[in-house]
Amino acid sequence: MSEQDHGHIEEHIKVYLTVFGALGVLTVLTVAASYLDISTTEAIFLALAIATVKASLVAGYFMHLITERHTIIWILCLTFFFFLVCMFLPLITYTDHTSL
Amino acid sequence: MQIPYTTEERPDTGLTNSKLGIWVFLASEIMLFGGLFSAYVFLRLAAPEGDFAYWGSKLNVPLATLNTLVLISSSMTVIMSWASLKMKDFKKYKLYMGLTLLFSLIFLCIKYVEYTSKFDHGYFPSSSTFLAIYFTLTGLHGLHILGGIIVMTYFWLPIGNKMWHTEPEHFTDRIEIAGLYWHFVDLVWIFLFPILYLL
Repeated sequence: MSEQDHGHIEEHIKVYLTVFGALGVLTVLTVAASYLDISTTEAIFLALAIATVKASLVAGYFMHLITERHTIIWILCLTFFFFLVCMFLPLITYTDHTSL
Repeated sequence: MQIPYTTEERPDTGLTNSKLGIWVFLASEIMLFGGLFSAYVFLRLAAPEGDFAYWGSKLNVPLATLNTLVLISSSMTVIMSWASLKMKDFKKYKLYMGLTLLFSLIFLCIKYVEYTSKFDHGYFPSSSTFLAIYFTLTGLHGLHILGGIIVMTYFWLPIGNKMWHTEPEHFTDRIEIAGLYWHFVDLVWIFLFPILYLL
């Protein structure tokens, strides 16, 4: 392994440590946010927003998605679309049930 | 016969077969958990008001927070084990992979304490809709942790030393693939923690 490659990995390690620290802080923040005196809808939005930031950090940096090939990004975009369909299905049945 | 394109990229996809394979597998896993997350939303919307919050308050938030931190730490150590192999430092790989296994076992032990505490209080999946989806989601996630432990233990045992000495690049690739799976398991927990324990 060349000196350049070694340095490259060490740079990566610094990023991993920063992400690790951010994930720890965000976990504490998630718990702290659950004690806020806000409505259930606001609490759900806040908790999911923090979870999404955490998930993006893991996927982007630990799983290297930010530098990954387009083939993988497209596979994930397609999967995410169907995932969203899955999430909205219960909401559709809910509006149907309540005749909204 | 050797599987082709395990270390060099295929000209048509620009990826190794193992990398493409694990991402397609993870896509199917997203849909597996997606279906269950969808069931959670469906059950929550249909439940009487305050029912999920009531049963959710029976769960142990400090233990789950600790488990979240443990799993995040294991994600960090698994990527460090891969980085160590990239730097040709096999001893450090063994150390970080060992730590990953330790963290994953701690996670399962804490889950065991949580489960037994629920059973001791007479809370079972049949007790409420919330507990049914709670045990389904965390149980399936726990099985994924167990699967990861089996794979990583295999690579941590002496057979891993042999693989490293005969085909170091192939072994590094295998650890990267196992790591991608492990990060996904962590990612699922990142969403399970707030929706089950905090909301």
